[in-house]
Amino acid sequence: MSEVKHNPSIIYGIFDDDDDVLQSAKVFRANRISVANVYSPFPIHGIDPVIGHPRTNISVAAFVFGATGFSLAVLMIWYMLISDWPINVGGKPNWTFAANFPAFVPVLFESTVFCAAHGMSITYLLLNRLLPGFNPRNPDPRSTDDKFIMEINMSDNWDAKYDEVVYLLKQTGASEIKER
Amino acid sequence: MSHAPLNALREPLILGEKSYHDITVDICRPIETRANKLWYVVFGLSFITMLWGIGLIAYTVGTGLGVWGLNKSVEWAWDITNFVWWIGIGHAGTLISAILLLFRQRWRMSINRAAEAMTIFAVICAALYPVFHMGRVWVGYWVLPLPNQYGSLWANFNSPLLWDVFAISTYFSVSLVFWYIGLIPDFATIRDRAITPAAKKAYTLLSFGWTGNAKAWARFEEVSLVLAGLSTPLVLSVHTIVSMDFATSVIPGWHTTIFPPYFVAGAIFSGFAMVLTLMLIVRKVLGLEAYITVAHVEAMNKIIILTGSIVGVAYLTELFMSWYSGVEYEQYAFLNRATGPYWWAYWSMMTCNVVTPQLFWFPKIRKSFVATFIISIFVNIGMWFERFVIIVTSLHRDYLPSSWMMFHPSFVDIGIFVGSIGLFFTLFLLFARTFPVIALNELKTILKATGKYKRTSPQPEYKIEDLILNSRKGQGATIHGEEHH
Repeated sequence: MSEVKHNPSIIYGIFDDDDDVLQSAKVFRANRISVANVYSPFPIHGIDPVIGHPRTNISVAAFVFGATGFSLAVLMIWYMLISDWPINVGGKPNWTFAANFPAFVPVLFESTVFCAAHGMSITYLLLNRLLPGFNPRNPDPRSTDDKFIMEINMSDNWDAKYDEVVYLLKQTGASEIKER
Repeated sequence: MSHAPLNALREPLILGEKSYHDITVDICRPIETRANKLWYVVFGLSFITMLWGIGLIAYTVGTGLGVWGLNKSVEWAWDITNFVWWIGIGHAGTLISAILLLFRQRWRMSINRAAEAMTIFAVICAALYPVFHMGRVWVGYWVLPLPNQYGSLWANFNSPLLWDVFAISTYFSVSLVFWYIGLIPDFATIRDRAITPAAKKAYTLLSFGWTGNAKAWARFEEVSLVLAGLSTPLVLSVHTIVSMDFATSVIPGWHTTIFPPYFVAGAIFSGFAMVLTLMLIVRKVLGLEAYITVAHVEAMNKIIILTGSIVGVAYLTELFMSWYSGVEYEQYAFLNRATGPYWWAYWSMMTCNVVTPQLFWFPKIRKSFVATFIISIFVNIGMWFERFVIIVTSLHRDYLPSSWMMFHPSFVDIGIFVGSIGLFFTLFLLFARTFPVIALNELKTILKATGKYKRTSPQPEYKIEDLILNSRKGQGATIHGEEHH
């Protein structure tokens, strides 16, 4: 491994099986070579800690949007039906928000769910860079079918050699190797 | 990905030996090939029926609600019956995609996509009825919380009808988003396989630039889980609120506290029947026998037994409570249902909803595709009659015997109902040829655990320790892959 034949910036190892790519990622981790990304047709459970991705906290968005939706709905109903124009329905208590509260529960609930679900979905689309008109960025079209692609960025691994990476990819079952 | 071996005690959910690529090919086939003659015939029929319905809706809007069969006693009949029927059908889709996800039921994966599509189309059909029952649809925006033009009288948040506006619009939009988020990766699969430039362009647009990297999948799973958690109480709230349209009134036969759970169970019951009707056809027509199996049908039939029995118990409870209440109006309402001029509707309901699903206690029947298909049609009919019985029999004989009347649907009532079925099938048939009817990428995650997985290349044999390179040693290399950095 003395002379460097290639000097690609990114090496892709293409695997045929999800368990193979997971095991391979563990080998790279054991060799202290960082894996930049893994592209797969479906989620590979347990890959995130191996390639060093922290757990996503996107569900916080759902809570924040839900709380916002609930507050806005409280404000809306309070203004419209308590403050601005109370409606007397068969003499039922309607003079304070608290007295009228049971009848407001359905709309408050629906507004909370509406804002939580849509707020989180929009957050998800933006974080994943998903919008109509965007072009796909997967390195090989087969990664949405049956190939599992491991991306190794050589600039993240200045002390690792090209041959070492290729050797490890081949030993762990990569059926193809691509470079860029 | 589960490493668990195939469970010998459970029937496989994916038949035959399949590789991941086989699943992609099987599910993309209807999209990538031309439709057969049968598809065009059924689509043509549905489309014409839909046009007939649209024509009659236009006639209703132009002439007024007098063209319906409503009268001064029965001022709510087929429109609300059809509304509740369609909304109920929609519930199964959300139950399968959300509640079964929370319960980690793997069998949901072959049917959730089509069931969610069914939900969305059913809610579209349902929404037609309250909208056009307004008569003057151009003032339909009055249901929104906007001030009126004279003072600032706002919408009445005490009214179940307004709750319905919020519930249905939330339910529809959240179901649509949940469905679409699941579709994005599958659209990407079709995009990456597309050959014609038109298909490539269309699916590139639909797939929003999905890449399928590890972070995207992690977020995908989290979002699916949270949306399932939000949709679960949402779907229960929708039919609860629909039932409150009736239960908060003081009409005998409607004014009961059993309505919310009874309606929710009925909704799931009818929805599963519709899912079975559709999926058994889809399975045959699109050649998906390997993915929609006896195990799926049996699991759905078990839910039909459960919800059908809950509905049966609710019917009997209603009868008992009407007698036990000592209220003669309440007692008469139920006596009239069972023995009055609409006895045939009541007994059709009882037969279809209480008796037929009990046949599923026999394993032979619940594992038979033909028997399941026939019973699912019975349940669809029975659940339509349930709504008709609840609505019309309670209204047609009110407190004042001089205003007792019968309800006779006009050709417009019938035409709009048939037209909505046409609309539903038009949408569903278009869906079946352009969208992946099975969540193909999610399905791949259960292949190893519930089917026979065909490897396309030999499995590499090595130990992680043996592959630690000498040149990388002494740099703090570790063999514990699961640790965090």
